[in-house]
Formats: sequence, C-alpha cells, structure tokens
Amino acid sequence: MSSVLGMIFTLGFATQVLRIAVPYALAAMGGAVTERSGVVDLALEAKLLFGAFTAAAVGHATGSAYLGVLGGMAAGLLVAAVQIGCSLWLGADQVIVGVALNVLALGGTRFLLQLLFGEGANSPPSPSFGSSVVGNPIVWLTIVATIAVPFALRRTRWGVRLRAAGDRPDALVAVGVSPLRARLAAGLVGGALAGAGGAQLSLAVGGFSADMSSGRGYIALAMVILSGWRPAWAVLACLGVAFAESLNILFQVTNVEISHELAALLPYLTTLAVLVIAGGARRPPPRSLGQV
Amino acid sequence: MTGVDRTAPPSGGAAGPGHTPVVDAPPGASLGSRLAHRFRATGARRELQAALIALLASIAIGSLLMLIAGKAPGHIWWAMITRTASDPYSLGQVLYKATALVLTGLSVSIALDAGLFNIGAEGQLTAGVLGCAMVGAALPPATPAVIAIPICVLAAAAAGALVGGLIGVLRVTRGAHEVITSIMLNAIVSGFALYLGNRVIFRGGTTRGGAIADGAQLPQLGFGGSSANAAILIAILAAAAVWWLRAQTTWGQAWRAVGESPAAARTTGTSVGRVQIVVMIGSGALAGLAACNFVMGHKHAFEEGLGRGTGILGISAALLGRMHPIGIVVAALVIGFLQAGGLAVADLVPKELTEMLLGVVVLAVAAAGPYVRRAEARA
Repeated sequence: MSSVLGMIFTLGFATQVLRIAVPYALAAMGGAVTERSGVVDLALEAKLLFGAFTAAAVGHATGSAYLGVLGGMAAGLLVAAVQIGCSLWLGADQVIVGVALNVLALGGTRFLLQLLFGEGANSPPSPSFGSSVVGNPIVWLTIVATIAVPFALRRTRWGVRLRAAGDRPDALVAVGVSPLRARLAAGLVGGALAGAGGAQLSLAVGGFSADMSSGRGYIALAMVILSGWRPAWAVLACLGVAFAESLNILFQVTNVEISHELAALLPYLTTLAVLVIAGGARRPPPRSLGQV
Repeated sequence: MTGVDRTAPPSGGAAGPGHTPVVDAPPGASLGSRLAHRFRATGARRELQAALIALLASIAIGSLLMLIAGKAPGHIWWAMITRTASDPYSLGQVLYKATALVLTGLSVSIALDAGLFNIGAEGQLTAGVLGCAMVGAALPPATPAVIAIPICVLAAAAAGALVGGLIGVLRVTRGAHEVITSIMLNAIVSGFALYLGNRVIFRGGTTRGGAIADGAQLPQLGFGGSSANAAILIAILAAAAVWWLRAQTTWGQAWRAVGESPAAARTTGTSVGRVQIVVMIGSGALAGLAACNFVMGHKHAFEEGLGRGTGILGISAALLGRMHPIGIVVAALVIGFLQAGGLAVADLVPKELTEMLLGVVVLAVAAAGPYVRRAEARA
C-alpha cells in the first residue's frame, strides 16, 4: 500500500489525472454555460461522441491533430445548434431533445464509421497527442477555460446576458435583448467546449471507437448539478472523478488486492456518497431552467 | 423538497412577454411535472395529427440518410416493410424487443407521472437480470414450472424494485436529485453485475452464468424460431395494470396529483414523499420485470450486457407513447419494428442507419406536439 501512496505523488500520476479529467471538465463547463442560460443540457453525451468522431475523422483526413481539435469543436457546436433549434425554435421539450440526440449520436457515429471507413467499430488511426500534457492544446484549452469561463460569466456582456436569460428572461426582454439569442450564444460556446472534450477522447488514443464516451456526458452533467452550476467547482468535481479513475488504473498496475470491477465504481460511489451526505445541490438551479 | 427541484418557483413570473409557455404547467413545477404536463395525452385528434407529422418528418429524414448512403429510399422502405411483415422470424423479433420496451417504457412513465425523471430503468433492468438469473440458477433443476416461474418473476421485480426504491428514498429523505442518483446507480449496478459475474457467476472463461432451472424457462411463441416468448403476457398484464391503477383508482389519482403539483397534493393530505417512494419501487419493479423476457424467455442464464440499452430506449418508448399505457405499447412496437426492420435490410443499408433513425423519430415526435399546439392556437 505504501508503494501506491508513493506512486500517487508523482508527476506521471498527476498528468494522468489531468488527461483523464479533460473530457469531463470541458463537457461540464459546456454544460454549466448552457444550463446557466436556461437550457437543460442532457445532450452532453452526444456532443462528446460526435466531437470524438469528427476529431478522429478530420485528424485522419488531414494528418493534423490540431485540425482534429477544431473539427471536434465544430461538431459539438453543430449538435448544440440542432439542440437549440429543436427545443427553443420548434418548442420540443429540452430533456427529450437531449435524450434523442444521445440516441442519435450513438447510431449516427456508427453510421458514419460505416459510411466513411466501412468499419463497424473503429476508425482508422488518426494523429495523436499521446500522453503528452504540455504539447496537448486541449489541456491548455481546459486550463484557460477554467479561468476564463467563470470570469466571462461574471464580467462580460455575453455572460451577464446569458445568466439573465437563465434567471430572469423577463428582465432581459425588458431591456430589449432576446433571451433566445442569449441562449443560442451560450449554447454554441457550450457545445464547442464539450466538442473539444470529445476530441480529447479520440485524439488521446489516436482513433475513434464506437460509444467511446461511455456515459461521461451524464457524469459531467451530474457534476454540474453537484457543483451548483458553477463551472470552476464543476471542474474541481471532475478532477475528483479523474483522480478516482486514475487510482483504479494504479491499483491494476500495482496488483493491489482489490477488485478492479469494484474500484472502477469509485467515482460513482463517491458522487452518490457526496449527494447523500450533502443532501442534494445546495444552490438553486437557474430559475427558468427547462421552462422555455 | 422544493429546494432540490431544478426549477425553483419563479418570483415575479419567469414567463415574460413573448415567452408564453406552450403548456399550462403550474409555476414552480418540477422537471418531472413539466414533462408530465407536456406529454400527457391531451386529445385524440391532436395526438394523431402530431403523430402523423412526426411520422412524415422521420420518413423524410430517413430517406435523406438513405440517399446519403447512396441508396434509393423507396426501395429500402418497401423492403423493410415487406421483409419484416412477410418473415415470421422478423415479426417475432419485433415482439421480443417490444416486450421488454413496454416494461421499461411503463417504468419510466409511472415515475414521470409522479414528477420523477427515472433515467435509471437501465440499472434497474440489469439488477432484474442479475436477480432473476441467480435465483433461477439456484433452484433445484427439477423445480416444477408452477413454482419456478413465479419465484423467478418475483426475483426480477424485487431486484429492480430495490434499485428503484433506493432512488426514491434518497430523493425523499436526502433530497438527492433522482437524475444524478439514477445515472450513478446505472453505472454502479452494471459494475457490480460484472464483479459478481467474474467472481461467482461466469462459467469457464465465458461471460455466461449457469443455466436457470428448466421449469423457470418461459415457452417460446414460435414465429420461425424467433426469441418471442411468453413474457409478452407479463408486458400486457403490466400495461393493463398501470392503465387500471392510473385511470380507475384513488391511488393513481394520488400519484398523478403529486406529479401535477406536489404542493397542491400536500394540502389535500397526500404524503408526497411516501407516494414518490412507492412509485419509484413500482417503477424499478417494472424495469426489473423486463429481465424475464431476456433471462427466462431467451438466454436462460445471466450474460454480460444482457438487455443493455433497453432501459434508455424505454425513455423513448414512454415519451413516444405520451405516457399512456396503450401509447407505450404502440411505441414499443414501432421501436421494435425499426430495430428488427433495420436488421432485415442490413444487406441493403448499414443497420446503424435505423439505430440513428430511432433518435430522429423521438426528436420528430418531441417537436411535432408543440407544433400542432401552436398551429391550433393560431387558428
């Protein structure tokens, strides 16, 4: 056990936690931005999945991982545009739109795999950032976003308007700003962030595989709610999830006598325990969340 | 509990000018109550109109996808319908898939009726599979069917009810949001099933456990050797029971009142917390019952990943069916048809196309309802 403790306090372990946290953190920040504007964001899973696929496909086609990142962000943006179009423009329920988009993403990415590459489960190899942290632009994006998103929410016109759209849309209407436009501006940024998170999933391993997001979008949403819709706190919660995941990998490598199936449940059990002890979210959600 | 509702009461009216809500959910309604409002059937003509628009939109988008794949849409649609309808095996598969979807759809719908969004049918179903298969395998091989079948059915329901009830208890006593707890429990149950599988259940390097007692196996319905089985009776009975409870009993009234407005229900003397816990137990039991279809009707053993995805698709079935038991049965058949029909034309288009179409259908149905309501409001 002492050897495990020694291995936790290493640079390698810290960078691993960071790498694993990136998709969660970007998705959670995207979700926080979208939800603060009043739109329920169950489609995070779809944004991660389409982001991961597009990043790998663009990376494979152009040979550039950097273009892959941009592709992933564009895919997340596109999913957000469909989400907002269906729920705010057509008036479909936001929760259903989210669930439907997740179903669509699962089938859609596999359809595209089949169509573009004639493969059922895996894309051809794409360039990869590997285990590098310093050379990975998505890690830098995460760090910058962790600082910039809370600041922008608090201080910029974009942030003030989107928070108003989430809390007091009537006040926004009164000053002549369309809440719909504020929500679109929020949702697109949120989608691009989540799409970048998806890009990390595929570009870290150099290729896309079907269902590679495997529920991370749902976990990220849980962290958003848990953190009371505060992006920086949500990132912290995601680091906790990543820490638990890395610990599990460490246990397997060091042959600690613990079942890896149960150790893999650490993030979920921890979240559940936090919920039971803290008793739900302390902070109220945005007032008009899901009501538009 | 109002403190954990995702939609706190708007002070001064959140719906400003130009933001007339499409539905008349009371202010401060929880996420679940809003859904309850929006998806409860409101009038046969309007519902049919919406369904027709959704169907046409889905066919249009599906045809577009086929064109992208370089195929003639008319030919594919025709082949999908004729091949599924003329082939007993495909028809049987539609029934097999629909059986489980009816049960998970009912599970999601009764929770929504009470204002709770149960995403956890997936985990509750997995718990059911685990419970049903373990109890079935533990029975003496010579157990007669009259004893074995009820025991296994009860085991499936009880295992699902345990997980569903836990979500309800955490929500009521600790204020833990049911969407988060059910997502977490989905992961926890499936991980726990894998753990138990690797430690105790799986036989000789496979991901399959020991077979359940012969008496616990449900008879097949034939249909060209398809997996359709007698569990379809469980699904029909469950749909009838939910219909009866909802429409004919004071119990159903109480649970729908809680979904409409917990505050109003409280003033009339309903114990909101107790209703929510009982409904979540029932919701979990229904999802767990879907395991009978997979374990007792088809695989006759615990298998890793058995029934996976049926819980999430149950959300689609509940919403497509407008939360009405009869609607859910129809929706389950439609989804089952898309799944089986997709396989029947797998030689013409990738079967992933129909998987994708499933999402499109749900999206179209969700958008068509408000569209019809708006068109009516204009007229």
